[in-house]
Amino acid sequence: MAYSEKVIDHYQNPKNVGTLDKSKSNVGTGLVGAPECGDVMRLQIEVDDATGLIKDARFKTFGCGSAIASSSLATEWLKGKTVDEALTIDNMTIVEELNLPPVKIHCSVLAEDAIKAAINDYRVKNGMEALKLDDKVVH
Amino acid sequence: MLKLPIYLDNNATTPMDPRVLEAMIPYFTEKFGNAASRNHPFGWEGEEAVDYAREQVAKLIGADPKEIIFTSGATEGDNLAIKGVFEMYASKGNHIITATTEHKAVLDACKHIEKLGGEVTYLEVKPDGLIDLAQLEAAIKPTTILIAIMYANNEVGVIQPVKEISAIAKRHGVLFFTDGTQAVGKIPVDVNKDGIDLMAFSGHKMYGPKGVGAIYVRRKNPRVKVTAQMDGGGHERGMRSGTLNVPGIVGLGKACELCMLDMEADTKRISAMRDKLENALLKLEEAYVNGSKEHRLPHVSNISFKYVEGEGLMMGFNKNIAVSSGSACTSASLEPSYVLKALGLGDDLAHSSLRFGLGRFTTEDQIDYTIEQVSNTVLKLREMSPLWEMFKEGIDLNSIEWAHH
Ligand SMILES: Cc1ncc(COP(=O)(O)O)c(C=O)c1O
Ligand code: FES
Repeated sequence: MAYSEKVIDHYQNPKNVGTLDKSKSNVGTGLVGAPECGDVMRLQIEVDDATGLIKDARFKTFGCGSAIASSSLATEWLKGKTVDEALTIDNMTIVEELNLPPVKIHCSVLAEDAIKAAINDYRVKNGMEALKLDDKVVH
Repeated sequence: MLKLPIYLDNNATTPMDPRVLEAMIPYFTEKFGNAASRNHPFGWEGEEAVDYAREQVAKLIGADPKEIIFTSGATEGDNLAIKGVFEMYASKGNHIITATTEHKAVLDACKHIEKLGGEVTYLEVKPDGLIDLAQLEAAIKPTTILIAIMYANNEVGVIQPVKEISAIAKRHGVLFFTDGTQAVGKIPVDVNKDGIDLMAFSGHKMYGPKGVGAIYVRRKNPRVKVTAQMDGGGHERGMRSGTLNVPGIVGLGKACELCMLDMEADTKRISAMRDKLENALLKLEEAYVNGSKEHRLPHVSNISFKYVEGEGLMMGFNKNIAVSSGSACTSASLEPSYVLKALGLGDDLAHSSLRFGLGRFTTEDQIDYTIEQVSNTVLKLREMSPLWEMFKEGIDLNSIEWAHH
C-alpha cells in the first residue's frame, strides 16, 4: 500500500515531537492505545492561563506511519485553538486531510482519543469535570 | 554503484535466476507440445523435458525421479499431502499432528480435515521455535496417520529436528510429511537420510518460476500414496491431474540444478552477510533475534527492535529496502504474526519485528546500506516513541493501565 504525500511528509518531518512538563497545572497529557495493539500515542497540550489558548502541543507516537502523521497533524491543528475548540477536531477530518485508507482509520481515531484525553487531563487538573467521551474506536 | 531498491525479502519470493529463464524460453514457443501427447514429436519433446526436470529435482533431494509429482506450488503440495493422506489412509485412522508455527497452507488444510471429522493436534513450540520431541511422541495415538512438521519456518528461519521427527514417526508407523518450501535448495535436504515420506516445495522460493512446485511421495519403505484432490486426466501417476506446465517444470528443474551447484558457495557468502547485518543491528539497544540462532537457515534474520513499531519502521526506508514485518499494522487482520506469538513473544515485540531475507543476488554494499538505514530509522523513531522515553526513565510499561481495545 502506498502512502499519501502528506503522510510521508509528516513522517519524514514530524511537527512538534517532544515532551512537556506534565507536572505543570496548565499542561494536559493524554496517553492512549496499548503496546499490545501496536500503537501508543502520547499527546500533550500547554494552555496559556491568560488567554485560554493552546500555546504548545507535543506528541510521541509508537505506531505506523499513519499514526505518526495523525498525531503530528493533530499537534499542528491544536496550537492556537481554545480548549473547547480543540474538542471539535474529529478523526474524519484527519482522515480526509491525510488521505488515509480505510484500514488506517483507527490510527486517526487514536489521535482524536489522545486529544480528548489530554483535554480531560487538563480539565481535571484545573478543577473542571472530565468530559464523558463516546467510544469511537473501530478496532 | 548501489542500485535501489534493495530486495531483502527472499523468504516471500526470490528473483528468478537468468539461467533459469534461459532454459525455459524455448518451451513457451517452439517446444510448446503437450507432454501427454504420445504420438508426435511435439509431445515427445515436452515429455523429454519434463523427464529431465524430474531428474534434476529428484537429484537435489536424493529422491528417485518417479517419486516427484509436479504441482502448482507449495500451497497445492501442502493440501495434496495432508488431504490426500487423510483420505487414502482413512481406514487406518484420522489423527494428524502438526505445529502452531506451520504455514497457513498446512494449518488451513488441517482445519479442513477437522471439518471432515478428522482430529488434529497442534503442537506448541519452544521459545526458540523448535518443537518438543517428547511432546510430539506423547501426542501419537493409535489413530495417528500423519505428522506434518515443516523443515524450516518462513518467518524466523528455524530448522526443525527433521531426522529425530522422522525416527519417531517410523517407530510408531506414522507417515511424516514436511513442508520443505523454505529449506529445499538452501540447505542440504535428503529424503532418505532425513527419513521423509512426503515433502512439498516450490519453484519461486529457489530462484525458479512462480506457480510451479513439486511434492515428493515416497515409493519404497514404505510405499506412500495420496488420494488425488483434483479429478481429471490422471497425470502424474494419478495423483495430480492437469496438463503439465512444461516451461514451469523446466524452470523448476533448472533451479534445482543450480541450487545444488551453488549451494555451498551461496551459503558461505550469504550467511557471512547475514551475520554481518545481524551483528551490526544487534548493536542497537533492546534489539533481539527471534527464534533459534543455532538451528536456523543461513539467509534469514528476524529481529525485534523494542519500542518501535514495524510498519512505521519500514516506512523509513521501504522505498529503498524491501523487508517484511510481523506487525499487525502490516496485516489486513490487524493481528501480529501468529508465528512470533507462538514463540512466546509478547504482542509488543511481535509488532516490533523485521524479517531480513537475503539471497543469491544480495551484495555486501546492499548490506552496508541496510545497516545504516535501519539503524538510523530505529534511532529516529525511538526519539519519537513514548514507550522508549518511559523505558529510559525506568518506568515499567507493565505497570501502566493501557486502554485495550
Ligand atoms: C513454508 C511455506 N509453505 C508454503 C508456502 C506457499 O508456497 P506457494 O507460494 O508455492 O504456494 C510458502 C510461501 O509463502 C511457505 O513459505
Ligand atoms: S498504528 Fe497500527 S495501523 Fe496505524
